[in-house]
Amino acid sequence: MTINLDAKAPSGELKDKWTKHKFESKLVNPANKRKFTVIVVGTGLAGGSAAASLAELGYNVLSFCIQDSPRRAHSIAAQGGINGTKNYTNDGDSVKRLFYDTIKGGDYRSREANIYRLAEVSNNIIDQMVSQGVPFAREYGGYLDNRSFGGSQVSRTFYARGQTGQQLLLGAYSGMMKMISKGKIKLFNRREMMDLVKINGKARGIIVRNLITGELERYAADAVLLCTGGYGNVYFLSTNAMTSNASAAWRCYKRGAAFANPCFTQIHPTCIPVHGDYQSKLTLMSESLRNDGRVWVPKKENDSRKPADIPDEERDYYLERVYPSFGNLAPRDVSSRQAKYRYDEGKGVGPTKQAVFLDFRDAISRDGIETIAGRYGNLFQMYERITGDNPYKTPMMIYPAVHYTMGGLWVDYNLQSTVPGLHVLGEANFSDHGANRLGASALMQGLADGYFVAPNTISNYLASNPLEKITTDDQAFKDAEAAVILQTSKLLAVKGKRTADDFHKALGQIMWNHVGMSRNEAGLKQAIDGIRKLRDEFWKDVNVPGDAGNFNLELHKATRVADFLELGELMALDALERRESCGGHFREEYQTPDGEAKRDDENFSHVAAWEYTGPNSSPVRHKEELKFEFVQLATRSYK
Amino acid sequence: MSSENMTLNLKIWRQKGAQTEGKLVDYRVDGVSPDMSFLEMIDVLNEQLVRKGEDPIAFDHDCREGICGMCSMNIDGKAHGGFKNTTTCQVHMRLYNNGDTIVIEPFRAQAFPLVKDLAVDRSAIDKVMMKGGYISANTGNAQDGNAILIPKPIADEAMDAAACIGCGACVASCPNGSGMLFMGAKISQLALLPQGQPEAPLRALKMVHEHDSLGFGNCTNHAECEATCPKGISIEHIARMNREYLKAAFTYHEKTRT
Repeated sequence: MTINLDAKAPSGELKDKWTKHKFESKLVNPANKRKFTVIVVGTGLAGGSAAASLAELGYNVLSFCIQDSPRRAHSIAAQGGINGTKNYTNDGDSVKRLFYDTIKGGDYRSREANIYRLAEVSNNIIDQMVSQGVPFAREYGGYLDNRSFGGSQVSRTFYARGQTGQQLLLGAYSGMMKMISKGKIKLFNRREMMDLVKINGKARGIIVRNLITGELERYAADAVLLCTGGYGNVYFLSTNAMTSNASAAWRCYKRGAAFANPCFTQIHPTCIPVHGDYQSKLTLMSESLRNDGRVWVPKKENDSRKPADIPDEERDYYLERVYPSFGNLAPRDVSSRQAKYRYDEGKGVGPTKQAVFLDFRDAISRDGIETIAGRYGNLFQMYERITGDNPYKTPMMIYPAVHYTMGGLWVDYNLQSTVPGLHVLGEANFSDHGANRLGASALMQGLADGYFVAPNTISNYLASNPLEKITTDDQAFKDAEAAVILQTSKLLAVKGKRTADDFHKALGQIMWNHVGMSRNEAGLKQAIDGIRKLRDEFWKDVNVPGDAGNFNLELHKATRVADFLELGELMALDALERRESCGGHFREEYQTPDGEAKRDDENFSHVAAWEYTGPNSSPVRHKEELKFEFVQLATRSYK
Repeated sequence: MSSENMTLNLKIWRQKGAQTEGKLVDYRVDGVSPDMSFLEMIDVLNEQLVRKGEDPIAFDHDCREGICGMCSMNIDGKAHGGFKNTTTCQVHMRLYNNGDTIVIEPFRAQAFPLVKDLAVDRSAIDKVMMKGGYISANTGNAQDGNAILIPKPIADEAMDAAACIGCGACVASCPNGSGMLFMGAKISQLALLPQGQPEAPLRALKMVHEHDSLGFGNCTNHAECEATCPKGISIEHIARMNREYLKAAFTYHEKTRT
């Protein structure tokens, strides 16, 4: 066994851990910081905030983004908000309560120390963003406004209309722009990371493809930060952006970074339903809508009346019925599963029946159309543009869709992976959300990692490790580059009949059917088998036109699909091995009589971290046991 | 408005790179569902081209929910198609009729050189932002978020400006190829907020200077930008930018401020 899963969580009281850890961390002298170079891959909330903060400290930062500008990273699409424990609303919030909500929301499959730190720095994030000019929503008195989100009973979510992710990302981006103008960040746009370069066991560089020219480029550094987001697009249809992909993380996995809990994916309950097989992506309708919208289906099966013609007594407001204390604000995994149950019972609505209603009728008659428009105007507009229906007049139709991946590369308390020097931030790591993420906490985690955690832990890494001088002429760079060239020419040489999207859609079907909202042993075995066959076909029959020497979008797609075809199998394998239900991972064999997830704390209170062992051998499952010193494990109930 | 599947005739600009010549090429797409998005319609065409072994049409896109600003294109001569408050990715085919001919070209502006087919290089937008589209608040400096109160109307107006997605439609629709709407929106947002005051004069001077030197044209009040902006950003922000610039030009002296 080569993998070391020491979490390195500091000892002591929860509330003192981070302070103590910072004090015990080594520092780099201000004058020496300019001697170090750090690579940051990705410019979302995690990557953007890390790049700016590290540059402010004095490090030389090389920043890479896949789009034409760092401002386009998919963090931009987050709608609802960001949590902070300011307790401005006087409703009993505290760091401890956010910590507790998050660990419970994640169904007790995450690390106490990490989550407490996340809750602790959440307030600093709000302050930081305000100081950078993020125009958060305010009350008439000029104070910051809050709203509530699923899985919590306090109002702690800060928001900027329905565009909170955009405003936060533009805040982080503006910090990057400032540091680029000062020469401390060098930006490389339209680049995709193709491989990680290790020298003497440490992460020392990357190989990237210039997406415009097709050329491969080498970059060396003293540490590498991977901030490349999640892998939800393995399902083909998800709320992720079109270029969101798993390749950078997957290639790090193949270089020795353990992949943790790959089967933990979040299926978000409020998305616009699928309407055709040409569909390229799904669109989320913010969870904040559930503050005022009521979720329901007709009580009768196959009821095809118009929603307005169905009287109240013939409607099943099932979230309010099943979870009286949380109601429509039940957490995401629970709400999604309940929507699926209604579909399974034949009570789904709309042309495909794969939908439920989200109704604003009562909120509009209570608060008036203007108040509702003020809160959700842009979301209603977006919904109407996509569906042609007006949600002020008729209920929205929604259905669960893949949205976020809690799993990711394994990291310790310092956010370092099992490859020394490779740090993983934001959605790309597995660290904070356990088996289910609560709303408004992805933005919080990305920024916590980038602004407040990584700048401390990277300095400690650089100060405590001897890093010899290297150049991009090192043999390791040549070898990594040669491997990329080889894979590219293999892809181009197949010259088959099916497009990369064809294979991607077929993979997505397998994943959604068997590794989606509910899973079972037979289905997972079938999925593994199906994915292997599909992968074989891919390498025999994919058609990638053109060559590698230019802006070849089909080549970019095919490269990503090749990796998804491997990752999908690992996800199914992980789901198969985790013989319990927890959070978003619902194994049909393990459920309570009323259909809730049944955890097995005795055997599965651990993180599963997978080690790559080569192309023709099975990955090895390692365990990081989760120790709960401060929280009592309980059955998660929102009733 | 069509509710049944359509056949459309497309005229799409094909150009291998900035140095080669381009031309409009005719394509026919059958079975276009009214529920498809405009980009999904191009996906369908591209799948057909790839199956025939032809080079698919290059175009920029990413989030496909109207917020990342990556999609561009002139559709029938208008940036993003000219539909109110709509990016290209949010244009849906129900807005078209069976048999329609649609002309699709890249954004055309001096500051946005062509990359390939419908994709252009908009890094000039970032370059303008680098000159001052930020508040210099290093990580760790911040005071409590409620320490400085901001009246709701001011916060709302700042948010109106901050909604810019940096797509460049304002530039593409302006007869002068001016970037004053996206730049004005940023200058205006930060000028409205108390946190933005210390750097306001220098910000206006430096950003405007950079804008002019990158090949963007001047604003001559055509207001095409406001009509085209997918986020409905008002040219009032250009007016505020002009006030900020003038104020700074008269009053800002390096020595007295530093």
